[in-house]
Amino acid sequence: MNELVDTLQPLRWDEPKSAYDVVIVGGGGHGLATAYYLAANHGIRNVAVIEKGYVGSGNVGRNTTIVRSNYMIGGNTAFFEFSLQLWEGLSHALNCNVMLSQRGQFVFAHGPSQLDAVARRGNIMRLNGIDAELLDRGDLMKLVPYLDYSTEARFPIYGALLQRRAGTARHGAVAWGYARAADSYGVDIIENCEVTGFVMEGGRVGGVETTRGRILAGRTGIAVAGHSSHVAAMASLRLPVESHVLQAFVSEPIKPLVDHVLSFGAELFYISQSDKGGLVFGGDIDGYNSYAQRGSLPAVEDVCESGMALMPMLGRLRLLRGWGGLMDMSMDGSPIIDRTAVGGLYLNCGWCYGGFKATPASGWCFAHLIARDEPYPVAAELRLDRTVTGALIDERGAGAQPNLH
Amino acid sequence: MRIPCPYCGPRGNDEFTYLGDATVRRPDPAAPDASQAFHDYVYLRDNPSGIHQELWYHGGGCHAWLVVTRNTRTHDISDATFAAGGKS
Repeated sequence: MNELVDTLQPLRWDEPKSAYDVVIVGGGGHGLATAYYLAANHGIRNVAVIEKGYVGSGNVGRNTTIVRSNYMIGGNTAFFEFSLQLWEGLSHALNCNVMLSQRGQFVFAHGPSQLDAVARRGNIMRLNGIDAELLDRGDLMKLVPYLDYSTEARFPIYGALLQRRAGTARHGAVAWGYARAADSYGVDIIENCEVTGFVMEGGRVGGVETTRGRILAGRTGIAVAGHSSHVAAMASLRLPVESHVLQAFVSEPIKPLVDHVLSFGAELFYISQSDKGGLVFGGDIDGYNSYAQRGSLPAVEDVCESGMALMPMLGRLRLLRGWGGLMDMSMDGSPIIDRTAVGGLYLNCGWCYGGFKATPASGWCFAHLIARDEPYPVAAELRLDRTVTGALIDERGAGAQPNLH
Repeated sequence: MRIPCPYCGPRGNDEFTYLGDATVRRPDPAAPDASQAFHDYVYLRDNPSGIHQELWYHGGGCHAWLVVTRNTRTHDISDATFAAGGKS
C-alpha cells in the first residue's frame, strides 16, 4: 500500500457518543460503504461504525481482489452488475484511487458441454446488458498463450467466457477510501470496540452494548460477515448461515505474466497478478465450519494442483504466503440484505466468498434499506425469509448445504 | 487437521467428507408446527464459535459416519464417535 500512502489523508479516530441515528456493527468494506452511502445518498450523517478490531482487519483486507458481474440467476445478476457499475465510478466518488483495473476475466471451459454452459451464462449476461464474449481455443492461444494447450493436458481448454469489464481493485484502498469519505461527512469510526449485546426497548433494538459502553441508535445494521451468527444471536436470531474458512495465496513476485483474471473451469481456482508482481490465487473453501482464519493442508494441495493443471509453469514458483478468512456461507450461496424480525435491526450477510466485488452495491443497498425501511430495487430479492418462501437464489443448484456453494 | 476415527485411528481430514451440524434433529412431520420445524431443521444453524458437534463421513477409510466434537476457533478435536452409536 506504500504507493497509496501519499494520496491518503489521515482518518479521524473517534470516541463514541452516547447516541446516533444509525449504528453500523462492523468496520469492514460493507459496513464502511453503508456508512458512506447513508451520508452521501440519504443525508444521514449522525452515524457510527463500530469495529471490534481495526478498519480493514477482516475480509476486505484478505481477499483476492477480483471484481466481476457474471451471475446467472435473477436476484444476483442485476445486483452484481450494479456493483460493477459503482466500481467504475468509485475512485471519483471517494476521491481515492481504488486502482480498479478492468483487465478482463476468463472463465475457461474444458469440454463441449462446459462450453455450452459458459455460452448460456454469457447469453444471460448479455440479455441483462452485461458484457460477455465467447472465445474459442484459437483466440485463447493468442490472448493467454502460457496455459497448457498440450495434448497431455488433464483438462483440455475448449474455450472461455470473457468479461472485459471485470478485473481487480486495490482492497486496502477500498476500505480506506470508504472510511475516509464517510469520515469527511462526519461519520464516527470507532475501532477496538466490540459489540457485546443489543439494547432492547419494548421488543425493538435501540442500540448496542459495547466494550466501550452503551451506544443508543435509532436503527442498527449488522455487517459482520463470518461473525453474523453470533452477533445476530445476541438479538435471539438464528440465521441460515455457516462460517467457513477460505484460503488465499501469493507467490514470490515475478515479471508481468498474467495480464487478466483467470478462472479455471474444472475446479474452483482463480488467479491474477498483483502490481507488486506476486501471483494472487485461491480456490474452494476448506469445507468445514471454522472461525480460525487459517485452513488446512489438503485445501492448499487442491488449489496448487488446480493451478498446475491450468498453468504447469506455476510449479516453478515458490509460495510466499497464504492466509485464511471467514466466509458467511448462506444456505443457497447468495447474500442477504434485509430487515430482521426484530424492530430497528437490519442485516447484511451471507456473502459467501464473493463479498469483495459486492462492496459498493452492498453498502448502497443496505444504506437505502436502513434509511427508507424499504429495499433498493436490485437487492429486493436478497431477502432473509427466502428460505421460508422458497424463493431461493441458488446459483450452483447445490441445495441447503453451505459448504457446497 | 487429523480426525481420530474410532475404527481407523487418526487420519488426515482429506479422507473425510463433511456434512455439517450433528445437533439438528429431523422433526416430527405429524406435529402441528411441522412446516416451521422443518424449515428450521433444513436452514437454520447455531454456527457456534467454539465447540461444534458435526457429521463427517470416512469415505477414504471405514465408510462410517462419525460425530466429531471440534473447536471451530482452534480446530482442536476433543472427541469422535460413531454416529450410529457403539461399534459399527
